[in-house]
Amino acid sequence: MIEELERLEKEALAALEQVESVQALDQWRSDYTGRKGQLSVVLRGMGKLPAEERPQVGARSNELKNVLEQAYEERRAALEAQALEAALAAEAIDVTLPGRPVAIGRMHPSSRTLREIYAAFADLGFQVYRARDVELDEYNFQLLNFPPNHPAREMQDSLYVKSPDQPEGAVLLRTHTSPGQIHAMREVVARAKAQGASDDDLPPVRIILPGMCYRNEQITVRSSVQFNQVEGLAVGRSITMADLKGTLYYFARRLFGPERQLRFRTSFFPFTEPSAEVDMDCIICGGTGCRLCKGTGWLEILGCGMVHPTVLSNGGYDPDIYSGFAFGMGPERIAMLKYGIEDFRYFWSNDLRFLEQFG
Amino acid sequence: MRVPLSWLREYVDIGDVPVDDLTERLTTAGLEVGGVEYIGVPGPPGAGHLVWDRDTIRVGRIEKVEPHPNADRLSLVTVDYGEQEPKTVVTGAPNVREGQMVAYARTGARVHNGYSEAREIVTLEPKKLRGVPSEGMVLSERELGLSDSHEGIMELPVDAPLGAPLQEYLGDIVLEIELTPNLGRAASIVGVAREVAALFERQARLPSMEVEAAGPPAGEAVRVESQVPGLNPRFVASLIRDVTIGPSPAWMQRRLTLAGMRPRNNVVDITNYVMLELGQPLHAFDYDVLVERARRGGAEVPTIITRLARRGESLVTLDDVERQLDMEDIVVTDTEGVLAIAGIMGGAESEVSGQTTSVLLEAASWDFITTRRSTMRHSLFSEASYRFTRGVHPAMALRGNQRATRLMVELCGGEAARDVVDFYPEPARPVVVELESRTVTRLLGVDLPPAEIAAYLERLEFQVERDGGRLTVTVPDHRLDVTIPADLVEEVARVYGLDALPGTLMADPLPPHQVDRTLIVEERIRDLLVAAGLTETISFSMTAPEREAALLPHQGGAQDVSEAGYVALSNPISQERRVMRRTLLASAMENLQTNLRHRERVSIFEIGLSYLPRDGEPLPQENRRLVIALTGPSEPLSWHTPESRAMDFFDAKGILDELARHLYLSERVTYEATGHPTLQPGRAATVCLDGRAIGTTGELHPLVRRANDLPEQRVALIDLDLDALIAATPENFKLSPVPRFPPVMQDLAVVVDETVPAHDVEQAIRGAGVEYLDQVLLFDVYRGRSIPEGKKSLAYSLRYLAPGRTLTDEEVAPHHAVIADTLRRQFGASIRGLDQ
Repeated sequence: MIEELERLEKEALAALEQVESVQALDQWRSDYTGRKGQLSVVLRGMGKLPAEERPQVGARSNELKNVLEQAYEERRAALEAQALEAALAAEAIDVTLPGRPVAIGRMHPSSRTLREIYAAFADLGFQVYRARDVELDEYNFQLLNFPPNHPAREMQDSLYVKSPDQPEGAVLLRTHTSPGQIHAMREVVARAKAQGASDDDLPPVRIILPGMCYRNEQITVRSSVQFNQVEGLAVGRSITMADLKGTLYYFARRLFGPERQLRFRTSFFPFTEPSAEVDMDCIICGGTGCRLCKGTGWLEILGCGMVHPTVLSNGGYDPDIYSGFAFGMGPERIAMLKYGIEDFRYFWSNDLRFLEQFG
Repeated sequence: MRVPLSWLREYVDIGDVPVDDLTERLTTAGLEVGGVEYIGVPGPPGAGHLVWDRDTIRVGRIEKVEPHPNADRLSLVTVDYGEQEPKTVVTGAPNVREGQMVAYARTGARVHNGYSEAREIVTLEPKKLRGVPSEGMVLSERELGLSDSHEGIMELPVDAPLGAPLQEYLGDIVLEIELTPNLGRAASIVGVAREVAALFERQARLPSMEVEAAGPPAGEAVRVESQVPGLNPRFVASLIRDVTIGPSPAWMQRRLTLAGMRPRNNVVDITNYVMLELGQPLHAFDYDVLVERARRGGAEVPTIITRLARRGESLVTLDDVERQLDMEDIVVTDTEGVLAIAGIMGGAESEVSGQTTSVLLEAASWDFITTRRSTMRHSLFSEASYRFTRGVHPAMALRGNQRATRLMVELCGGEAARDVVDFYPEPARPVVVELESRTVTRLLGVDLPPAEIAAYLERLEFQVERDGGRLTVTVPDHRLDVTIPADLVEEVARVYGLDALPGTLMADPLPPHQVDRTLIVEERIRDLLVAAGLTETISFSMTAPEREAALLPHQGGAQDVSEAGYVALSNPISQERRVMRRTLLASAMENLQTNLRHRERVSIFEIGLSYLPRDGEPLPQENRRLVIALTGPSEPLSWHTPESRAMDFFDAKGILDELARHLYLSERVTYEATGHPTLQPGRAATVCLDGRAIGTTGELHPLVRRANDLPEQRVALIDLDLDALIAATPENFKLSPVPRFPPVMQDLAVVVDETVPAHDVEQAIRGAGVEYLDQVLLFDVYRGRSIPEGKKSLAYSLRYLAPGRTLTDEEVAPHHAVIADTLRRQFGASIRGLDQ
């Protein structure tokens, strides 16, 4: 009987080696260790054995059963591992195929640049103030110290609105965001006075004025009938031109890098005195001269100056007590420099092939 | 303005100043040098112009001209160029003659190719022309790079220094200075010289204005009066008799040419020359013509009268154009009629001609605003009007007149009448401005001592009296632009140099916080829309009524293109952009057109203003709107999605739903089916906020699509009043606690009539008033098998929650039954699985 068990062990283990599937493995188990399996068949003959042999055979058969169970488990684990491997292998993919596209939107580069400008000036305490597009000549020009027919108006060719009830030319599309300076100052003064402030006790103003502006100009590589502008206005008791310089340096270096240099050139705007144009050293060549800066080493980025006393008065601030600075720039111009855009018309094309290039 | 340095140096010594320093300093002081032209002299690397080599290109004299032995059209020319051996040159120039002074280039010189307009530089090689060797070349203007003229050789003045390097004699540097409107004082060579002198601490020299007069006084030969002294504060007239009209001297012609003016004859050239030199425009009348006219009227001497033009008057101007005058034009007249449009252009009749022998020379000052209006009205932009419209101080009139009179005596052989007629009823008083030195400090932010401030101003010819920190400043009488202390501060800053100012950050206190909430919400919306996959467009605010009418084609809109109801422009840049848009939808159509030409899928948004005129208000209503347009496959094309679903109404609505949620307005935003001429019937809805319409969403009507040349694919649109949406957006919101106990989920499938809006069913579920109901989610809309014709099944997933404990199905069951009952009662609904 012992020999019988020995033979069975050899046979079973040999058979197990042939098993290649989980089904065949279960079949193997029932064939050998199941209730009707070979081991049971052999053990059924135990009753015929002499009593003294039975414990020995019993021990041997238990041992065999354990061996077969363990072999079974091992084989099963191996087969399962194999099956998983095969299943995973079947799911292999070409990892070089493109991913599923994500439909991402983009902000317009002008909006993007406006935000960068807001953020830079917010650091210095400037808050955004918005005003209307269609304006009165009074606000767009007269209160800003452009007298009627003044040649300075030629710098800003206006688009006029037909308005039957108004004198010719009284209503126009704002040519700059500067009318907002008057609106803002007057609002602050009115509010302060309503709360009992006196003329020498007015709160300061520190605002950024963004907005769409319009001029009677054709749409070209460098100009457009419509464009965004951002102005800054700071009015207070101790605002100086040196503050203006410091503020603009902060802005330029924040947007274009810490090494940037600025050049201030005296210029003329009716609503500032002194006035200046500001150039930044060329971001491409650093000042040695290239195509972008037309060989000058400088890029014109904004106009600025100390608020003209007449404008301060028109805003409700006594120029003998208060002073202020103002500056203005084109966010499209800033974006052109920042992103190397060569054609102004791109901003108005609304061509997704342009817009989608902005990350 | 063009400023030849050779001319500038006559009034200020700058020989030692490098051109780069000069241009930089002028530019930072406000006289922006927009360009530098190098003529024959070396420039910066890469300037690319022709440099006249000092050794090989020189002033020469034609000693002899002989016919070429083998060619009729060529001649042999012997040229002396200051060296021992003259050279023989073969030339085809028709104007060559003996004794002529010329520009001579030796073999080896680099000049422009005279046979090409491309300005290519060639090196002169020794060569033979028809068998005769030619040693170099006598040059034309084109070969020297001076002009395109190649008809003959360039003739130099007889006093040109023989043998001198041409570079030295004729080379020059011309600055092109761009003048802002306040810089009328610098619209002259002397004006620029004054600036240069101030900036480089030099002394400017004025040209001589002394006149050697003879003969009877001018006052006996002409009378001057003005009916409009306010518009014509000064009128100076001098009389120069016995002039000989002819060409002006070469040096003057050369300067005029370099400055951009064309030489005419000596008298006219002198008026132009003095205008360029001093900034005072002048006009020369043929005096004999004036006398003749006066005699016609029975007078012995002419009377010049300045006045406004009368109705119906006209004038044939110098350019032979008859111009109808406006009653706001200032004119110079005599008793017989109009002679000139003041400050702008003279008349043809009294113009100086070859026969002129006596010249009446006018130097006047005119109101710059009236002059500017006339300039614009007649579109007559001249060098004179350029200066008058920027303002010329009346003091300049006499100086200009005297300088030109002197030159006419000197260069035209004339004799000046004694004295001038000077109509100047109210001489301009000197402008005196009081300046406190602390004002300079207060505005510039740098502490300058009064003496230093005074010194800067004195360099600009201001007269300064100093009393401690108080400066009494008299403005020089060539300037009109300084009237207030701030103007003086700018002058100080210019000379001190803005670059020398420190840069500081404001010490002034911060203003009170006043935030523009509309912008903050707008930016949140922009972020959300970008996250939702939409790309932002920014379109022109100007459009054409036709374009907006194309949104209503089946209403016969295309015919109705009146500007009524629009904010219309009186001077639009084009018909396409002649009104302000009333809707952003037409902009969206343009942008769809642009992009659908090269792609199938477009999802865009725009935030911008629409403009609606208001009755009785000068300014229109400006309404900030949001427009969204979606078309094409729902997902971008890729190998994953060969057959993607087309975007439709619900894609737009999904964005709206998310937008409402984002702004905490979900509960307050509702939709009502609507008819809208731009949108497809049955697929359009009014968007309501608190029951009030704030916009529309829907799919573009196929006829509108066609009218806008869009391809045949669905376009979903949203048009919202963003101002209304932003105004309703709550400033704060309340967070709900996250439930800690599991909910009970129950599904409910309701069969109702097709006509019952889903929104009503959902409202009924929510309104049934049952406890624990926390969320209602429609997860299926089904028609077809097992659902009767004309009905639909709406399947909801209901979530029940109890705060603080776990709910059981048994607890929920009665509530769920209440909901089912409500729906049965309200809509005659049957509940699938229960009633079927």
